[in-house]
Amino acid sequence: MEEYPAPGLDMMFETQIVHIKGIKDGLLVTIGEGDWPGAQDALLSSIVEKASFFQGARVAMEVGNRVLHAAELGALRDKLADQGVSLWAVISSSPGTEQTAQGLGLATRLSLPRPERTVRPLDTTLEGENGVFIRRTLRSGFKIASHGHVSVLGDINPGAEVISDGSIMVWGRVRGSVIAGAGGDENAVVCALAMDPTQLRIANLVANLPGKKAILQPVCASIRNGIITVEPWKLKER
Amino acid sequence: MSATVITVTSGKGGVGKTTTTANLAVALAAGGQKVVCIDGDIGLRNLDVILGLENRIVYDLVDVVEGRCRLKQAMIRDKRLQELYLIPAAQTRDKNAVSPSDMVRLTDDLREEFDWILIDSPAGIERGFRNSVAPADTVLVVTNPEVSAVRDADRIIGLIESEEKGPAKLILNRVNQEMVKRGDMLTPADVLELLAVELIGIVPEDDHVIMSSNRGQPVALDPKTRAGTAFHHIARRLKGEDVPFMNLEVKEDIFQKLSRLIRPGGN
Repeated sequence: MEEYPAPGLDMMFETQIVHIKGIKDGLLVTIGEGDWPGAQDALLSSIVEKASFFQGARVAMEVGNRVLHAAELGALRDKLADQGVSLWAVISSSPGTEQTAQGLGLATRLSLPRPERTVRPLDTTLEGENGVFIRRTLRSGFKIASHGHVSVLGDINPGAEVISDGSIMVWGRVRGSVIAGAGGDENAVVCALAMDPTQLRIANLVANLPGKKAILQPVCASIRNGIITVEPWKLKER
Repeated sequence: MSATVITVTSGKGGVGKTTTTANLAVALAAGGQKVVCIDGDIGLRNLDVILGLENRIVYDLVDVVEGRCRLKQAMIRDKRLQELYLIPAAQTRDKNAVSPSDMVRLTDDLREEFDWILIDSPAGIERGFRNSVAPADTVLVVTNPEVSAVRDADRIIGLIESEEKGPAKLILNRVNQEMVKRGDMLTPADVLELLAVELIGIVPEDDHVIMSSNRGQPVALDPKTRAGTAFHHIARRLKGEDVPFMNLEVKEDIFQKLSRLIRPGGN
């Protein structure tokens, strides 16, 4: 953990097991080895001693791997509050203690230093996602299987297969089998200039194709309300 | 003289590869071209039967490849047409008796002496198909206007593209115009829309084809038949002529006309 001395506060209070120092967000109290009641007493007594210094302070407490229960933490928080000190964070390597602290509404991590504000130019370059591009008609017996998206410039004829973990876009006519989101991605879509598939699947669903009617216009198939829906692609509505 | 090697294939069996090969060979030879046909269907030979040359076979393709005879000895000369020859397939062997490079060597030896080398491919996409396609300059794909034949033709066309032998040319065989008119058969436009290759011929369904094949007299020997005319047209297109596609309408006799008037919509 990085420590940030607050300006004008470089004094340190040392007792046997309690170590106090200033950090950016207030004070950091580190409690070393030893039994909890003793440590608590040592902390409280050093606060009482320097009451004017501690008045109104925000304190973060590092307790090592001690397992503290809600009652113990709660009691300490109340006692500190009596002295005008607010405990806002408990840092511990024990998950149990972290959970307890969170239960009490305390932070368990010091906020990271704010990154320097740099004015970045507005970046509108998108990285996009990986896919394959096939510039040919897939005839019967041809098969494309890809973990990425698949786009085909050409037709997919009956007997051809395209299987993609992502989406499938066909600049042509789909008459073979297309499976988008083969890994289970229900957001995958299948777009085509004309749709007359032998089989159309998205994720774990199989399209219920109405009769054998070919759709001879650009369409996009996606999962809507748990079924595969094929909708005409209308330029003006997009 | 340097021959053009044409392979006739289809994927699906029974669509008319052998009939097409025999008739194109006859049509080309009748036009004065020097033609040799090679039966690539080792183990299931048929081309000799269709051409009516089966009883003259002494040596075959495998004998040539394995060095048991000279190439000339295996070439059977047709007696009806001076410049038509056949190299028959072996009936007692299988496709693995010949390799694609054997076929390339064989056709290279023949190229100087002929105008056309026609290879009749077996059905399927295995060794026999690859043997037949390996030496091809042009591949003709034969299909029928039915869904399963078109599907197989599509597969074959894809394989030919992969072998960089494309683009294949299409022959649509056994088109029944009456059924097309009734909407019971795929139209040539339907087939072309899917296959998207150049159409080089449409052969109408014609009873003469089976009758003449059974007699060993390919239908193209009689150009008066509709199918025979179609094959002659394809042969001329292969030679680079621009021949319009024939009208497929069947001429009706008086009884058919009457029957159509009484029962409109079909027979």
